[in-house]
Amino acid sequence: MPADLEELYQSIILDHNRRPQNFRVIENATAHAEGLNPMCGDQLQVWVQMDGDTVADVSFQGSGCAISKASASLMTQAVKGKTRAEAEGMFDRFLALVTGKGDGAELGTGLRAFSGVSKFPLRVKCASLAWHAMKSAVAGKTAPVTTEGPA
Amino acid sequence: MIDSLVPRSDFPLLATHPILRYLDSAATSQKPRAVIDAISNYYETVNANPHRGAYALSAAATEAYQHSRDGIATFLGVADTDTLIFTRGTTESLNLVAATWGRTNVRAGDRVVVTRMEHHANFVPWQQLCLAAGAEFRIAELTPLGEIDMPGLAALITPNTKIVAFGHVSNALGTINDIATIAQLAHAVGAVAVCDGAQAVPHIAVTFDSLGVDFYAFSGHKMLGPMGIGGLVSSRAILDTMPPYQMGGDMIAMVGDAQTSWNVLPHKFEAGTPNVEGAVGLAAAVEYLSDVGLSRIHAHEMALVDMAMRMLGELPGVRVLGPPSERRSGVVSFVVDGVHPHDLSQLLDADSIAVRAGHHCAQPLMRASGVPATTRASFYLYNSEADVTALVTAVERASRKLAH
Repeated sequence: MPADLEELYQSIILDHNRRPQNFRVIENATAHAEGLNPMCGDQLQVWVQMDGDTVADVSFQGSGCAISKASASLMTQAVKGKTRAEAEGMFDRFLALVTGKGDGAELGTGLRAFSGVSKFPLRVKCASLAWHAMKSAVAGKTAPVTTEGPA
Repeated sequence: MIDSLVPRSDFPLLATHPILRYLDSAATSQKPRAVIDAISNYYETVNANPHRGAYALSAAATEAYQHSRDGIATFLGVADTDTLIFTRGTTESLNLVAATWGRTNVRAGDRVVVTRMEHHANFVPWQQLCLAAGAEFRIAELTPLGEIDMPGLAALITPNTKIVAFGHVSNALGTINDIATIAQLAHAVGAVAVCDGAQAVPHIAVTFDSLGVDFYAFSGHKMLGPMGIGGLVSSRAILDTMPPYQMGGDMIAMVGDAQTSWNVLPHKFEAGTPNVEGAVGLAAAVEYLSDVGLSRIHAHEMALVDMAMRMLGELPGVRVLGPPSERRSGVVSFVVDGVHPHDLSQLLDADSIAVRAGHHCAQPLMRASGVPATTRASFYLYNSEADVTALVTAVERASRKLAH
């Protein structure tokens, strides 16, 4: 397999695809958002339990490719326990990472595994779908987010 | 060993990409040199605005446009050439019918029936027409093999049904439908039969005049022609009763200050400067297809599909959707346990294999099939056995990487 594909499908991404974390519904969540990718029909839902300004719990469910599912799984692990502002900051840094505009230095090794996405512009939407939904849920928005709309 | 039916060298793109295994002809076909040359030649020697000028070049452009229509009508078995309306493609053809015949004839309490396997282009226009008119929109379901449940369809076609819309060949599954029987069911209650032929015309011989349907839509780019040209075929008796689709130049007979009268067929439905380049290119494409022969093309695709279905079906975790090969066109849609089609197609791309992954513009079908997406390999006359074996090898390797 070519090196750029090996980089895209790193083992941590394949592992999270097979065994996604926080793949569940949060009953009575304070916020919930749906992410749609109209180009491929993938959809996933993100639930957020806020405790004041803190993301006390976050989960997701849905169907998608390995990139979108692993990204959702690692996202839930990353933003759990963070404040709203911290979660939004991570969104910005993650988007910069997958579009090749940032090195993701502050994101931790798990999320940095998505650096390979920047070489595959078509897959940026897959990697960022759950993050868009998380950002929307944390902000208390209810309309579904799509990968075709503004970030 | 099944070789390609025509030399790959006939297709400049395939010559430019010698290792490419292009298995996405159901999305769009590659173009032979003859089509590309016909378009270049038109612009280099004939180009002018047809139906306008009195000068010789405009007359030559008009002649090229009309000559192309004649050739394509002959290819499609349309005796009355003026009943072939050029459009941008199948999507525009179906929207034309919905906006003209549909808006004129479908009223509150009426019914429009489609099938579960329709492409969005033959689904959404009818759904929206019904919402606007207050009519019932009903969907005929499929059998587990991905074929229309004919008794179920017959039961849905009630006396208040005005339109029955269905594909000739499914883009997502490859299923070839019994359109003559469906047209009879529609006509028995006085409804019109609208057929989406986008996936049929490139692959099986179509003789419109003997199909029994009232409207037949197709796209040029799936049948070796250029993008942006396609057509709608109907009968003069129906087209004459319909209001125009778009207003503008060419489609008028006389424009008064208060009223306008319409031009004769086909011009009544072709407002604005026509796509002469597209018509000329498509005429060259049908000439190429005719020279090869549609029966040979279909037999070639059947052989490749049969092989692909058998070999893919033997791989662990792989499930091929749709009917057996003898009842389908050159499409093989499949799913792999634990492997999403997008990841699979990304890995196949690394092996220079181009397949389609996704919902194939058929989300209602995907929902009913219980899969969010499939991987689709589609074959055409330039594909060979080597393409099939490369596909199967690559699917096997990619599945191992992604699923375990």
